[in-house]
Amino acid sequence: MAQRPTGVKKTEARSTPVRIRSKHLLAIADLNRFEAENLIDRAEAFEPLLEQKVKKLDTLRGRTLINLFFENSTRTQSSFELAGKRMGADVVNMSVKSSSVAKGETLIDTAATLNAMRPDLLVVRHGSSGAAALLARKVDCAVINAGDGKHEHPTQALLDAFTIRRRLGGIEGLNIAICGDVLHSRVARSNVALLNMLGASVRLVGPPTLMPAGAERWGAQVFHDMRKGIKDADVVMMLRVQRERMTGGFFPSAREFFWFYGLDEDKLRAAKPGALVMHPGPMNRGVEIDSTVADNPVISLIETQVRMGVALRMAVLEALAESGANEEAR
Amino acid sequence: MIRPTLITNAKLIDPAKNKVEDGAILFADTILDVGKFSGAPEGAEVIDAQGAHLAPGLIDMRVVIGEPGAEHKETFKSAGRAAAAGGVTTMVMMPNTMPVIDDQSLVDFVLRRGVDRSGGVRILPAAALTQHLDGALMTEIGLMAEAGAVMFTNGDKPVVDSRVLRRALSYASAFGALVAHRPEDPYLAEGGVMHEGELAARLGLPGIPAAAEAIMAERDLALAELTGGRILLDMLSAAQSLPALKRAKERGVSAFASVNVHHLVLNENDVDGYRSFAKLAPPLRSEDDRVALVQAVSDGLIDVIVSGHDPQPAEEKRLPFEEAAFGAVGLETLLAGALTLHHKGDVALNTLIRAMTLRPAELLKLPQGRLAKGAPADVIVVDLGAPFRLDSDKLKSKSKNSPFDEKLLQGAVKRTFIAGKQVFGA
Repeated sequence: MAQRPTGVKKTEARSTPVRIRSKHLLAIADLNRFEAENLIDRAEAFEPLLEQKVKKLDTLRGRTLINLFFENSTRTQSSFELAGKRMGADVVNMSVKSSSVAKGETLIDTAATLNAMRPDLLVVRHGSSGAAALLARKVDCAVINAGDGKHEHPTQALLDAFTIRRRLGGIEGLNIAICGDVLHSRVARSNVALLNMLGASVRLVGPPTLMPAGAERWGAQVFHDMRKGIKDADVVMMLRVQRERMTGGFFPSAREFFWFYGLDEDKLRAAKPGALVMHPGPMNRGVEIDSTVADNPVISLIETQVRMGVALRMAVLEALAESGANEEAR
Repeated sequence: MIRPTLITNAKLIDPAKNKVEDGAILFADTILDVGKFSGAPEGAEVIDAQGAHLAPGLIDMRVVIGEPGAEHKETFKSAGRAAAAGGVTTMVMMPNTMPVIDDQSLVDFVLRRGVDRSGGVRILPAAALTQHLDGALMTEIGLMAEAGAVMFTNGDKPVVDSRVLRRALSYASAFGALVAHRPEDPYLAEGGVMHEGELAARLGLPGIPAAAEAIMAERDLALAELTGGRILLDMLSAAQSLPALKRAKERGVSAFASVNVHHLVLNENDVDGYRSFAKLAPPLRSEDDRVALVQAVSDGLIDVIVSGHDPQPAEEKRLPFEEAAFGAVGLETLLAGALTLHHKGDVALNTLIRAMTLRPAELLKLPQGRLAKGAPADVIVVDLGAPFRLDSDKLKSKSKNSPFDEKLLQGAVKRTFIAGKQVFGA
């Protein structure tokens, strides 16, 4: 395994709720390193609970969590729902077909309606970048961004960091390659920000057509050759090719994408021996990842990511419910 | 290793230098020694060049071959014969065949079948930039580059959708691939058959304005700068396109340009009398344009001279001007046509040869095109001054559509060697 640098915070469970300065969690920039690490420590404490027969806490009893999803989602929505319920909150799921809701004013109208219901926590996913921030300005409760367009998905990054730390003991000094459709990925943007904050060395790998302009100034090295990009990586984080967000051809064909940018055992040999593989899901098998890699239980953290997601989101919900309460107290 | 050949008493035109030197060259399949040396190794065949010039074999970056799909126009075999006679040792073949070369298996077909039939002349495929050349979706550039495609182009059909070209340039940059694009705004060019100007008006023929080229050249250069891709402006014809190219090169954009040899020697007046054999795409333009193109070659602003070889049978050429096909054969007249500029004193000899050898090799990342130890022994022996009147019926190409027919030219290829083997001898 990778050599751990000294002075790294070891995995430890935190017994008290985390306090964070920001009222909302809209982007990784709402957190500092201390808060991010505390959230992961807190998730560490919740994780064993998920293995128990009775998994419920009452920390958020009487509090209301609204899941407002303008985009279809299976794992993120159910993950937040479970996290809320395990913390004892009342959870309301609202799925709004994005096609029937126009942006701008209508979103603000929706915000006003929801605000009148006096929720404590609002989890939002929306197809437009900045939609969560717009809602946050119009409601009184804490807003958690569960993915806004091509902007950010901070809880995904936190759960990814949690997963890596769980397995490797720390983040600092790791080489982490984020590969594939960076252009359309909110997961990539949040991960670059968080992993940099936590001291990792981040590389972005993908064809130039799927690399955002100026990506090299995000604090990541950019590679167009996958074997060079994942060389000596401790973790290879694959992104989903987001065909639904694409108009026109960003690459010629799925077979060419797989040949040059799909993670298979052959390319993975360029990474550090025993390198770990992650994917935020859902996977396009045979496009960005080969099943032999995705299903290899020794190196694939893909299922672990899902499990860690619930614990991490419990920590986030608790922290934001706290900060909201503090505000009321003031 | 094949039997070595020593050519003595030659005037060596090394495209990497700016002067011609007397000397000898020794080669087997690669060049073993160049310069002044005495004594042939045992077993070598010794050829006395008798003071003739010797240069690397020409690399022609724009050759249309009819195979597969239009074998009545040209085949690998007939193109190979014509090329060898013209001193062209490497041809880059355009993808506008039937089927279009837009798949790695077709790239492989051209690489295997081409050299098998061409009599040794190297045939390298330029693959389609967009699927079916329809300008909508990029082809499998990476897979075809791995299969051996040396360049990507949409041929004579410009990519109108700027976003498609942007993405193709951007994507190709990951593989260092060269994208050749012939700039011509199809809306401005629609229906046009010659250069738009006074002569076209007098002849009553619809014209193609120089701006049709300049507008799209500017766009293409802007996209190359935006993406970091490598672009070759294919066959520039208008002086108006050159300032943008110069600016782009000065800014460090990976931008290059080629010119068709016919555009350096002929102008719109060669069309007068409705001579459809001088109907070219892009069209022959004004004398001012021609002079500017020659100057650009001399300055190195235009990197490459191509033949634009485009065989068309008589039945598609001997038609009323508007109905006749565009295009001219050029493999056998590329060298003599270009040498016109040397004989007139317009362009230095080494510069001319460089534009048909070393520069194409550099752009295509090929080892040939050099008179240097270790380079493939593709060399030609040329009698620079030999005068002749072109009789297009005697061309080895299957199609005879040359606008140089009956014109006086100077410069004859005496011998052509490819990988050390003589493939042509006059």
